[in-house]
Amino acid sequence: MRPETLIPLMVLLPLLAAPAIFALPRRLSEVWAWALFISVLNFAVAVAVVVFAYLPAPGSEVSRLSEGGFFLTGAGWPWLEDFGLRISFGLDAISLWLVVLTALLMPITVLASRTAVTERYREYYMWLLLLEAAMIGTFIATDVIFFYVCFEFTLVPMFFLIGIFGSTQRLKAARVFFLYTFTGSLLMLAGLIYLAYFNAAQDLATAAQTLAELRNIDVSEAQAWLAGQEQAAALGHWTFDIQALTFTAQTLMSPAQQGWLLLALLAGFAVKVPLFPVHTWLPLAHTEAPTAGSVILAGVLLKLGTYGLIRFALPMCPEAVVTFAPYIGVLAVIAILYTALICWVQTDVKRLIAYSSVSHLGFCVLGLFAIDAERHIGQSGAVMYMINHGLSTGALFLCIGMIYERFHTRELAAMSGLGRVMPVWAFFFVLFCLASVGLPGLNGFIGEFLTLVGAFLATDTLGMGFAIAAGFGMILAAIYILYMVGKVIWGPTKVPESHDHNRDAAHAGEAHHGPAVRDLNRREIAVLSPLAALCIFIGLYPFPMLQSLDKPVMTLTRPAAEVVAERADARSEAEREQAARTFEAIERDATREGRR
Amino acid sequence: MNPMVEKLAGLGPEIILLIGAVACLFIGLMRPPGTRRITPAVAGLSLVACILLPAAWHALTSDEPTEAAGVTRLLHMGLAETAFAAYVKLAVAGIGLLLLLVAVRAPEQLPQTDETESGRVPFDPANTTRGEFYAFFLFSLTGVMLCASADSLIWLLLALELTSLPTYIMVVMTRDRISAQEAAVKYFFLGAMAVAMFLYGFALMYGAAGTVQIYSPAYAPEATSIHGYISGLREAGEALPPEMLIGLILAVIGISFKIAAVPMHFYTADVYQGASTPVTALLAFVPKTAGFVALIILLAAVGWPLPPALAILLWVMAAATMTVGNVLGLVQTSVKRALAYSSIAHSGYMLIGLIVGLSLVGGANGGDAGQAITGPFEVTALQNGLAGVLFYLVAYGVGNLAAFGVLACLRSRGEEADTYDDIAGLRHRDGGLAAVLLLGMISLIGLPPLAGFIGKLYLFAPAFTTGQTALVWLVVIALLNSAISAVYYLRIAATAYFAEPEGDVTVVPSAARRAGTMIAGILTVIIGLFAGAFGLTTLANQAVDLPITVWPEAAETMQVPESK
Repeated sequence: MRPETLIPLMVLLPLLAAPAIFALPRRLSEVWAWALFISVLNFAVAVAVVVFAYLPAPGSEVSRLSEGGFFLTGAGWPWLEDFGLRISFGLDAISLWLVVLTALLMPITVLASRTAVTERYREYYMWLLLLEAAMIGTFIATDVIFFYVCFEFTLVPMFFLIGIFGSTQRLKAARVFFLYTFTGSLLMLAGLIYLAYFNAAQDLATAAQTLAELRNIDVSEAQAWLAGQEQAAALGHWTFDIQALTFTAQTLMSPAQQGWLLLALLAGFAVKVPLFPVHTWLPLAHTEAPTAGSVILAGVLLKLGTYGLIRFALPMCPEAVVTFAPYIGVLAVIAILYTALICWVQTDVKRLIAYSSVSHLGFCVLGLFAIDAERHIGQSGAVMYMINHGLSTGALFLCIGMIYERFHTRELAAMSGLGRVMPVWAFFFVLFCLASVGLPGLNGFIGEFLTLVGAFLATDTLGMGFAIAAGFGMILAAIYILYMVGKVIWGPTKVPESHDHNRDAAHAGEAHHGPAVRDLNRREIAVLSPLAALCIFIGLYPFPMLQSLDKPVMTLTRPAAEVVAERADARSEAEREQAARTFEAIERDATREGRR
Repeated sequence: MNPMVEKLAGLGPEIILLIGAVACLFIGLMRPPGTRRITPAVAGLSLVACILLPAAWHALTSDEPTEAAGVTRLLHMGLAETAFAAYVKLAVAGIGLLLLLVAVRAPEQLPQTDETESGRVPFDPANTTRGEFYAFFLFSLTGVMLCASADSLIWLLLALELTSLPTYIMVVMTRDRISAQEAAVKYFFLGAMAVAMFLYGFALMYGAAGTVQIYSPAYAPEATSIHGYISGLREAGEALPPEMLIGLILAVIGISFKIAAVPMHFYTADVYQGASTPVTALLAFVPKTAGFVALIILLAAVGWPLPPALAILLWVMAAATMTVGNVLGLVQTSVKRALAYSSIAHSGYMLIGLIVGLSLVGGANGGDAGQAITGPFEVTALQNGLAGVLFYLVAYGVGNLAAFGVLACLRSRGEEADTYDDIAGLRHRDGGLAAVLLLGMISLIGLPPLAGFIGKLYLFAPAFTTGQTALVWLVVIALLNSAISAVYYLRIAATAYFAEPEGDVTVVPSAARRAGTMIAGILTVIIGLFAGAFGLTTLANQAVDLPITVWPEAAETMQVPESK
């Protein structure tokens, strides 16, 4: 078997297993076991993919991962050949780690849902697996329409997960979630089709002309340059290949065209991230979703937005990105500070974590748009942040889900001092809270620090002011998280009254005379410990991951970095000229004075 | 060869359907009840035969090899003179078969027919409508097929009326309610007004061009035709004379009644709600197809890009149609009415394809934009707006049929299911129907990867290729409209899946109706996933083989209309 086949397998496995799980087994335990088996199997495939990523490709010395580009690519299957549309796939380090994150979170959520979902469970696990297929599909796609298909298809399973299994306001939440993100991504689709048309409408001659006008070079020179480019072969054909379209967009589109394209892409991705001011769907959806839904929403679905930004927006419209970066930076800083303040006044723990996601993703966007001429610290940090946020916030939602399962409340006021009655749970909760705040030594720190440094150093686009303002966000994050931890874990013990006697078989006997609150059972510890281990591991030893991200992130940000460098050159040239002119004028004056 | 024989050779499917219709009339009135019972089977058989027999005949007698490869062979099976007509006939026969499955037992919804057919009262030909119903059903489909072969205004007029007249009666003959009678009368009078309008338009066109021929027929290529007349004018750089332009505008507005587009959409909700659901499913597909086919034929005589007056008219109609349809769809309390408005909105989307027509601009065709070229020619699929319309008709047809089919399968307190309450908790009553409803809704929203998504891609992408900013904005309006439409489509799906069942709702015990609905639901998935593998998109692209002229003046022809 060729290693390339593993990549579509990660989509096909859950996709085909989902209807089977809906149709075949009857009992909850069977359904659950099968769902767990499939998701663990898929995680094993993902691990195998990681192994292949670290092995060299045939005929090559270095590992696939360190080559930097897409690896394990496959042309896949034609879908609509008239349209130039294929189901093609491939991975680079960015998508690899996000795929692994997805494949890891899935068995964990399945494991965590064992007791939470007891009704309509066949539907539940079917939608979960379909969601996994769609999410992985989004990350492995190398064809924009295939990407779009998976990106959009995540809405349907999520709509049902929230709508059927959510809490009281679930219907509204499901609908708001769907409509918000659907509207945004439709505009993105318009942008992508426009880009494909732009590519199809060019041929080498017109392309050379456009290029010559854009770059102020000779037509013949442009022609020669284009002839040397591999991706130029796709010009004049209908294709939706990401690399071909990226090439066309970054080299041949005028700044105005790139601006429109960026706006269209932002319409889709900013809603998904979510960026202030289009974040309002998120708290509702997160709060109302079942635990598994929140974990996947925070862990993976939000990353579809930032992943889209780095995969499409940065390389496709570098000119526009550099021009718009300060404005988007302002929005990101507003998101960081404003939602941090909102977090502070929340009374519902889950809502607090939900809002903190908006704040955290603000850092991510800030890092993405911290474009610097030489370094790409901000972008690497943003990708690290995406993965780490998925781990720590996903884990926090799991912790809160465990509390909710026991007490059927998430009100801050209803509980305190749980550290005394549930020490194991308290340990994990504090660990993940600290990871989420960005305590050095834990994973959250890496991304947060790098994005801030990136913003600080990128003086041409963002600069110190942004970094300082965002830094305040870190302080606020510490305040609201520690405030919550203090209330929930320490203080006088107060256990919510409406707590439910445990439904777990292992504890069924002691439910009536045993301790009123039981700590985590083995299954729940198994749910949280891999995440905790990863939080600590990545926090202490982030280098392999950072190193693997270096090249792909550089490839994606280089066009924008070049734009920054060009503009800086132009500016310093203008300054030099200005200085020279001033100097001359002074000299002239001096000689005139002298003559006099 | 005799032109009459030549003409008839391409009308095999229509002739067979007419024979089938007459047979239905007779069999439906036979005295033995067993014979009467097979009437729907006869109708179905004639739908199958109308494709298979001419194809078999063609395969046996024709000795000229067809050059078409793969799936486009379907268009050269001797079903019609043009691939365009062949495509329409295939689509109408295919979806017609599903519509027929859903319509089985529809005539028995009328009490006297039910009593007669169930043997409770002695047989009296005056008291049963079974024969008429299926005959009219087939007549209506015949009308659409004839539309596609039309090459003269008279033919087009008669074919359009053959499509519509039976539907007026079908509305009233399947439901014993005052609202059905109201719907039928409304439908009939407004329809008559629309006919008067486009007939007047046809008359003006005849006055200007001096002929009723739209295209010169194949046996007399030199004959004068409206296409030739307009081409001559455009070639000389002259504007169309006002009587021709007004004629075209009146024709377009008149025919917009058939497709339920603004400004002729007012009847839609009342008529769709008043008619019994299987008939509504037919109304939402058959006259619409006929209308779009007629519009394509008429506009093709003008050639693309359209003259500014027509382009602006269609632009405004498209924008208004989708917006009115979707916004009013939002506020409905009846699922049937919501679907009626959705059917209006989808006409708005399809109008975009008509404005785009064919676009030869750009490198993908290697086309030289400086000259007028007359087709048929090869165009890249995504630059062919007409193919988008043809494909969308099918994609919309199955999605819509899935939705109406599910409604037709449900009865609430002995009446037809209509409100949101009636489909509440459908999942508990019948999981299969709920799943079909969900698929239909997802497809109508245009969510990937179902048929509706491919349809929308095929409709909207060509709009970019004309290089006209106004069309890009129209696509943006259409996409925002898709988002609006998602609100009520989701509400329908959510009601079926999330709400608790209430009231006395039963599932109609009709295997045929259920099968038709299920097949439509499955088709939304199959068309979505395998449209490429089965070559359906190629088929639609190859089907645009009318003698269309594409004119050189590109971007400047149309200004952005004033914002509405």
